[in-house]
Amino acid sequence: MSFLHPEDKHPVPKVLRGWVLPLLLLALWWLAAHFHWSSSPLLVPVDKVWDTAVEQVRSGELWSALEASLRRDLIGFAIGVSGGLAFGIAFGLSRLFERMIGPTFHTLKQISLFAWIPLLSVWFGLGDAAKVAFLSLAAFFPVVLNTFEGIRSVPPELIEAARVLKFNRRQWLFKLILPAASPSILAGIHLALIYAWLATLGAEYLLVSGKGIGNTMIDGRELFLMDLVIFGVIVVGFVGFALNWLAARLERRLLAWRGRSVAQF
Amino acid sequence: MGAQPVALELSPSAPATSSAGAVRAAWLRNWSPRWLALPFPLFLLLLWYVAAQFEWVAPQVLPSPQAVLLTFIDLVASGEMFDNLKISLLRVLIGFGVGVVGGLLLGVAMGLSPVFKDYVYPLFKAFSQVPVLGWLPLLMLLVGIDEALKIILISKAALVPIALNTFKGIENVPARYVEVARVLKFSRWQLLWRVIFPAALPPIWNGVRYGFTHAWLALVVVELLASSEGLGYMIVFGRQLFQLDVVMAAVVVVGAVGYVLDRVLARIEVILLGWRRSGF
Repeated sequence: MSFLHPEDKHPVPKVLRGWVLPLLLLALWWLAAHFHWSSSPLLVPVDKVWDTAVEQVRSGELWSALEASLRRDLIGFAIGVSGGLAFGIAFGLSRLFERMIGPTFHTLKQISLFAWIPLLSVWFGLGDAAKVAFLSLAAFFPVVLNTFEGIRSVPPELIEAARVLKFNRRQWLFKLILPAASPSILAGIHLALIYAWLATLGAEYLLVSGKGIGNTMIDGRELFLMDLVIFGVIVVGFVGFALNWLAARLERRLLAWRGRSVAQF
Repeated sequence: MGAQPVALELSPSAPATSSAGAVRAAWLRNWSPRWLALPFPLFLLLLWYVAAQFEWVAPQVLPSPQAVLLTFIDLVASGEMFDNLKISLLRVLIGFGVGVVGGLLLGVAMGLSPVFKDYVYPLFKAFSQVPVLGWLPLLMLLVGIDEALKIILISKAALVPIALNTFKGIENVPARYVEVARVLKFSRWQLLWRVIFPAALPPIWNGVRYGFTHAWLALVVVELLASSEGLGYMIVFGRQLFQLDVVMAAVVVVGAVGYVLDRVLARIEVILLGWRRSGF
């Protein structure tokens, strides 16, 4: 809203401003630890977090935990997305299906995601099966909803055109419905990726068994290892960021054809 | 019948009769009795009942529907359900309230002042990359597992989408609105209250609703993980004692309350944004 402040007379250059607060906080932390402002063991020095990070990377602990988490994440994500796509397409294409299953689906969707974990843990045990089932569920709902929305909002003009061109069933689905609904479908898949990562952490906290980055943090908390917990927070943030970035790039790439076709009109 | 169908297809008054599929589709569109939704859940209920009746699976793993209903009535009659519900609602309202106030302040400040935005936005962005669950172990170490932990996590969950939507909403107010206000010689105060906030209200309200969804999710997680009362605790408690009827009754209440509160926000939206429709 530069129109409220037309003249930018601030002394600090624009690119540096974002760094001021994080560096100040870091400096404050360093000072607090260096001069022992608090005797609490929770006030770990900055360099100790760094040492822990190096140690975790070098010993391979980080990689094995990350690998376990990400593998689970991606398997659950893949199952949830496939199921969600199939369900969402059936939902979008068949009004009868929507009328019959829709209300039940929307009712189940209301149940807060994490409330499923205790039930799933009874049905699938505490191991990877329950975690993957939960992750699939987390990815399933947004994909169904967005696929359905996308198919239902295919412009009627396009449907008219397809009717005029006498598309057969296959062409109808692959040349009209799915391409026209692709932005919404991809948005759903993107959302599913974010939810699945959140659910990965939740599953590791609530079904404590096996390895994973969430387990690393839980262990750190139980042993009062603040350095390990802080390191975990940073890794979790970074993985979330990387997944998000990857999804956004892929989305742009897969939808690149649309820009061209709009320009042609 | 030779030429008839062609004539029908060209006639705009009867397009639906052109093909059997279209007829069926049109019929289905108009024919939508509510009971069409009933057979599927009834079938599931019957399957559940039969499975429990003949003990295809152990009752600890799948209690019968009547047992769940009885437990539910029991929990309501004894007041246990309401006590826990009250605690959960209080937590979510306080946390959500703090999140709304903080999110609005932060979002408005970032939206109105580019200098403030330059300083704070990168840190805010980095902070919001870590999901609520990522902060949980850290906060447990810092503030323990008392009420403070729950309020902080719930308000963080609500704050991020509200601040982000408020900021983007204000930033995306069309420049021509502001030009009109300038031509009309609006004071700065008028510009804010008569132009910028009304124009940014739809995205801001969207943020508030997202914020509530996230807050409710955060409440359930934090009660599942670290609580000795509340709806989430009922779920964990039932799970530990292998009383799945308690778990299911609590899960239903969590879903129903979340739904009702979301409907309340949707009603408020109609009131808040109703004026917009009159313009078109």
